[in-house]
Amino acid sequence: MMIEALIAVALLGALVTFVAPNRIAGKLAFAISLIPTALALWLFSAFDGSGNALLDGELAFSSNVEWIQFGDYTISWFVGLDGISLPLVVMTTILVTLAIVSSWTPIDERESQFYGLLLFIEANLIGVFAALDFFVWFIFWEAVLIPMYLLIGIWGGPRRKYAAIKFFVYTNVASLVMFGAFIALVLGLGDEVTSFALPEIADAMVNGGGVQTALFGVDPGTLTAIVFVAMFLGFAVKVPVVPFHTWLPDAHVEAPTPASVLLAGVLLKMGTYALLRFNFTMFPEQVEAYAVPIAAIAVISVIYGALLALAQTDLKRIVAYSSVSSMGYVILGLIAYTEFGVSGATFQMVSHGLISGLMFMAVGVIYNVTHTRMVTDMSGLADRMPVAAGVLVAGAFGYMGLPLMSGFYGEFTIFFGAFGSELLAYSQVFTALAMFGIVIVAGYLLFALQRTVFGPYHLETDYEIGRAALHDIAPMFVLLGLIILLGVAPELIFEMMKDAVTPILETGGGL
Amino acid sequence: MAIFELPGWTALAPAVLLAATALALFVIDSISPTTTNRGLLAGTATAGSLAALGVAVWFVLAGVGTPTIDGGRGVIDVLDNQFVVDQLALFFMIVITVVTALVTVASYDYMEDHAYQAEYYSLVLLAATGMATMAAANSLVTIFIALELSSLPSYALVAILKDNRGSVEGGLKYFLIGALSSAIFLYGISLVYGATGHLQLETIADVIGNGDANDYGGLLGLGILMLIGGFAYKTASVPFHFWAPEAYEGAPAPISAFLSSASKAAGFVIAFRVFTEAFPVAQTASVIGVDWTVAFIVLAVVTMTLGNFAAATQENVKRMLAYSSIGHAGYALIGLAGISADGGALVMGAAMMHLLVYGFMNTGAFLFVALAEYWGVGRTFEDYNGLARQAPVACFALGICLFSLAGIPPLGGFWSKYFLYTSALDAGLLVVAVALVVNSALSLYYYSRLIKAVWIEDPIAERDSLSQPIGLYAALVVAAVMTVALLPMFGPVADTAVNAATAVLT
Repeated sequence: MMIEALIAVALLGALVTFVAPNRIAGKLAFAISLIPTALALWLFSAFDGSGNALLDGELAFSSNVEWIQFGDYTISWFVGLDGISLPLVVMTTILVTLAIVSSWTPIDERESQFYGLLLFIEANLIGVFAALDFFVWFIFWEAVLIPMYLLIGIWGGPRRKYAAIKFFVYTNVASLVMFGAFIALVLGLGDEVTSFALPEIADAMVNGGGVQTALFGVDPGTLTAIVFVAMFLGFAVKVPVVPFHTWLPDAHVEAPTPASVLLAGVLLKMGTYALLRFNFTMFPEQVEAYAVPIAAIAVISVIYGALLALAQTDLKRIVAYSSVSSMGYVILGLIAYTEFGVSGATFQMVSHGLISGLMFMAVGVIYNVTHTRMVTDMSGLADRMPVAAGVLVAGAFGYMGLPLMSGFYGEFTIFFGAFGSELLAYSQVFTALAMFGIVIVAGYLLFALQRTVFGPYHLETDYEIGRAALHDIAPMFVLLGLIILLGVAPELIFEMMKDAVTPILETGGGL
Repeated sequence: MAIFELPGWTALAPAVLLAATALALFVIDSISPTTTNRGLLAGTATAGSLAALGVAVWFVLAGVGTPTIDGGRGVIDVLDNQFVVDQLALFFMIVITVVTALVTVASYDYMEDHAYQAEYYSLVLLAATGMATMAAANSLVTIFIALELSSLPSYALVAILKDNRGSVEGGLKYFLIGALSSAIFLYGISLVYGATGHLQLETIADVIGNGDANDYGGLLGLGILMLIGGFAYKTASVPFHFWAPEAYEGAPAPISAFLSSASKAAGFVIAFRVFTEAFPVAQTASVIGVDWTVAFIVLAVVTMTLGNFAAATQENVKRMLAYSSIGHAGYALIGLAGISADGGALVMGAAMMHLLVYGFMNTGAFLFVALAEYWGVGRTFEDYNGLARQAPVACFALGICLFSLAGIPPLGGFWSKYFLYTSALDAGLLVVAVALVVNSALSLYYYSRLIKAVWIEDPIAERDSLSQPIGLYAALVVAAVMTVALLPMFGPVADTAVNAATAVLT
C-alpha cells in the first residue's frame, strides 16, 4: 500500500494546492511535497525486493487488484518496485520538491495552479515507474503530458504556445504509435496471455514462444519486428534521440525553469525506462537483430547533440541539446546488453536526472537575476554571483564526467560495458565514437563557461544584479551533494540496479 | 423483494416517476400561475429525475434483468411484452435520468430570467419520460409512440427562447426534419408489418426465422432501411444529422446537452433493441439478401469522419460541440456494425459504455457553454480566451470533460473508446477500428483548441469578474467528477453492459 499512499498524497496535495490562495501555494506545495520525498526515502531504506520486476523478480511494496474484465483480458491495478524503478521514484520525489522551491522566485502569477500541476505531475511520474500493468502504466504515462503541456503553455517564454503544442503533438503521436503496437502484440500473443500484466506478457515473450499466430494476415515474425520497431520509435521520441529531438529544445527554452528541471530530469527518463522495460526486456531476439542500427542512432545522438550544443548561444539551449547527447549514452549502454552496459545506463538515468536538473536550476537562477540567457550578453558573472556561478561550473564538470561525481561513474560503466559487448558488432568502434562525444561536451561547456562566468565583468542589460536568494541556491546544493554522493558511493543504487538488470541479460543470453 | 408483489407495470417505475414529476410541475404551476418559484420548480424536477435514477440503479442491483440461473430476477414483461425491463433498458434509463438531473440542476441558473419556467421543466421531464419509455419499448408501436413522446417536447424546448432567432430557427428545422423522419420511420414500420404481419419484436424475428417472410424480402429490406433512417435522425447520425448543428446551437445550452446526450442514447437503445431482437443478422440476411451490419459499418465510418472534420473547422464553440456529438454517434454506431452472426456482445457493450461516459463528459462540455452564455462572454473560441484566470474550477472541469471526449487516458472516454477499438478488432472490423483511432487523434485538435483558449490564451477584451452560479457550477463539477469517478467503477459497469448486450443478442 506504500506506493498507493505515495501517489495519493501527491494527488490530494495537488487538489489542495489547486484551490489554495496564490499567496501560500508555494510554501504549501513544498510542505506537501516533503511527505512523498520522506516516504520514498523510507521505501529506499526498507527495500526488500530482488531480481527484475518483469522476470519473476521479488517485488517490493507490490499490490495487485483486479479492476476491469473485458472480453478475454483482465486489467488490474498492479504496482510494485524493483531495483530499476525504485531509484527513479526516489529521484522523482526529490527533484519535484527541489523544483517547487526553485519556482518561488520566477513564478509570480497563478501560483496555486502552477504548484498544483507540479504535484499532479509528481503523482503520475511515480505511477509510471511503479506500474506493472500495461494500462495502469499507460494511464500515468499519458497523464504526464497534460500538466506539462499546461506548464509550458501558461508559464513559458514568448513562444510558449508553439512549444507547448509541439511537445504535446510529438509525444502524443508517439504514444499512439506505441499503444497501437503494444495492443497488436497482445492480440498476437492470443491465448498465451489473459491479462495486461507486464510480467505475464514478458514471460510469454521470453519464455513462451512469443507471437505464434498471424494477425490480419501479418505473419508472427514480421508482426514482432513491426511491434519492436514501432515501440522503439514511440519511446525514441520521448527520450529523445536524433532525428526525433526537435521538440526538445523548443520545449526546454520556453518552459519555466522548474518545468525544465522535471522535463530533463524525469520526463526524458520515462523514455529510456520504457525502452528498458519493454523493448530490451521483452524482445531479446529483436534487440540482437537491430543492435547495429540502434547503436548507430545512439552514437549519432551523442555526437550530433553535442555539435548542436556547440553551436548555441542561449545557455538553456546548450543544456537542452546536451540532454540529447547524454541520453545517447543511455541508449548505447542499453544496446550493449552487458551487465555493466545496462546497469550503467540505468545509473546514468538517475545521474543525468540530477545533473541536468542542477544545470537548469543554475541557468534559471542566472536568468532570474540577469534577465538574459544569451552567452554573448554576459561575461564575468563569477564576480557578482560567485555561488551561482560556482554551482554552474560544478554541474558542468558533472556533465563532463569528472571523477567522484555521478556522471563519471555512469559514463564509465557504459563505456566499459559497451566496449566488451558481444551482442553488438563493431562495439569498439561505436564506443570509441561515443567517447569522442565527451570531448565535444567538454568543449562546448568550457567554451560557454569561459565566456559567461569568467573574464572581466560585463552585462549588456540595464539591470543592477545582486546575489540570488537562499531558497534559490539551496536546492542546487542539495543536488550537488547527491551528485557527489553517488559519485563517491555509486554502490548505493548500482548494486540494486545490477541485481534487477541481470535477469534480462540471462534471458537474452548476453552477459 | 417488494417490487414483485406489485402489478407488473411498476417495473416501469423510472419512466412512471418521470411522468409523475412532469405532471406535478403542472400542478405546482397551476396553483400559482402568476409567480415563479425557480427553486421549487428546478428542485422538483431534479428530485423526480434523481428518484427515477435511484429506482433504476436499485433494479440493476436487485438483479432485474439478470437471468434467474445467475441468481437474478429475470426480465420483466409489461403489457404482453409491449415493454420489457431488462438490463439494457435499465442501463439506458440510468444514462437518461442522470443527464436529466444534471440538466435540470443547471437550468436553475440558466433559465433565471426566462418566461415559461414551469413549462420548461415539465417539457424536459416529459421528453425524459419518452426516452425512458424508448429504453423499455419492445414493439414497433410502443417504440414509435415513445419516440414521438420524446420528440414533441424536444421541438418546443429547442424553440423555447421565443425572442431569439437562432432558437426559433433551430426549433423549426428540428421539427421539420423530425416530422419527415418520423414519417419515414412510420412507413418503415408499416412495411415491416406488411412483410411479417407482426409488430412485437420477438415475433417479427420468429416470422423471419421460420421463413414466412421469404416472399417479401424486398419489402422487408426497404422497411429496415427506413427504420435505419429514423434511428439516424434520433441519434444525429448521417444521413439525418444536419438538423443537429442548428438545433444545438440555437437551443438553450442545457437543452443542447440534454438532446445530444440523453436523446442520442435513447435513439441508440431502440436501434440496439430493434436490430438485435427483431432482425437477427443471419436469418434476416437470408431473407433480404443483404447483411444489415454493412449499412452500419458504412454509417459509422461516414458519421464519425464527417462529424470530426466538420467540428475541426468550426469557430463557434457550441457548433463545434454539436459536430463532435455527431462524431461520437459514429463511434457508438460501431456497436451495431460489429454485431455478427456469432455474437458481438463485446462491441455492443463497449458502445453502451461509451454512451454512458458520453452522458457525463458531453453534458459537462455543453454545460460549460451554458455557463459561458450565462456570463455572456460570447460564442467563438476567441471569446473564451483566458476564462481560466477568472474561473479556474469551471475551466478545470471543462478540461476534464474535453480530454475525456478526446479519449485521453485515464479518463472515462479513453476506456470506452479503447473497448470499442479492441472489440471492433475482435469482430474483424479493421477499417472501422482504424477510422476510430484516426478520428480520435483528429478530435484532439479541436478539443485542445478550446482548452488552449481558456487556459493559455490571453483574453481579447477586459472582462468584469464572473459570477459563480451555484446550479450550473454544481452540475458541471458533478459531470466532470463522474467522468473521473467512473474509473474505479468501470469493472462493474463493463460487466453490466456486456451482460445486457449478451442478453438481447441470444
